[in-house]
Amino acid sequence: MSVGLNHYLVVSGMLFAIGFFGVLLRKNVIFIFMCIELMLTAVNVMLIAFSKFNGVGDGLIFVFFTITVAAAEVAIGLAIIVALYKKRQTIMVDEINQLKN
Amino acid sequence: MTDLLFYIFAGFTILSAFCVVINQNAVNSAMFMILTFVGVASLSITMQAYFMAILQVLVYGGAIMVLFLFIIMLLGVEGGDKLKPNMLTVLASVSFLAIALVGTVIAFSLFDSPSLGNKISTSISSEADFLVFSSQTSQLGYGLFTKYMLPVQVAGFLLLVAMIGVIYLSKKEVVKTKTLDESIKGSVAGSEVS
Repeated sequence: MSVGLNHYLVVSGMLFAIGFFGVLLRKNVIFIFMCIELMLTAVNVMLIAFSKFNGVGDGLIFVFFTITVAAAEVAIGLAIIVALYKKRQTIMVDEINQLKN
Repeated sequence: MTDLLFYIFAGFTILSAFCVVINQNAVNSAMFMILTFVGVASLSITMQAYFMAILQVLVYGGAIMVLFLFIIMLLGVEGGDKLKPNMLTVLASVSFLAIALVGTVIAFSLFDSPSLGNKISTSISSEADFLVFSSQTSQLGYGLFTKYMLPVQVAGFLLLVAMIGVIYLSKKEVVKTKTLDESIKGSVAGSEVS
């Protein structure tokens, strides 16, 4: 069975699921953030696969924009994490429950 | 040959992504993340998207992961994250994944999976104005600067906004913010003066 679109979609889906589980199960904000990056990468694989197997080049350009947005997001997110750590001395999400009660 | 390479790279990518999630140490996790990005780049190469592969390695593996490692080492939070989630979270996520899987299978069976790619391509090839997939970078640049000119500008603006936002977020608080009492007093005093 030669490798086709579905194979790449399965890989992309597995990557996305792994990232999703990471977001749900980890407590450290940095891990959660890395898992979000993993999910974005999975979407990139999917876009490239659709682009390749349909012969349409627009998907590659979407990947380009995804990477741009991911870079901006990482910069902002890490700045927020640093600000959070400065204020609360912790980056575990279960210890940041100020709005509780 | 290409099939074999695909399986090798796919296994490599999935394995290192799994290691990212289960690793206790944040630095090890970031290293496995770089491996994952390299794996994804090699998957892109098997699809003849060479420029995207290079972009993945440069931007993700280079710039973004260096930022991550920088923050991890700056905050000193390498260890200490015991992977001990509570049962409810695990149950909820597993059931969500199961639902998603079943939904995917149903969708694939509805849309007759083996010919999925062909169907889409035949349905859209009648409409013109789609860029052609090509492994050449010049084709990508042509698309970026003709059809996608406005999004490119917006992306540039987004990067500018992100830069300003980061500077604002990470700058030291020079002026202490007044407490509510002080600010009320200040405004009262100001109104009296005026």
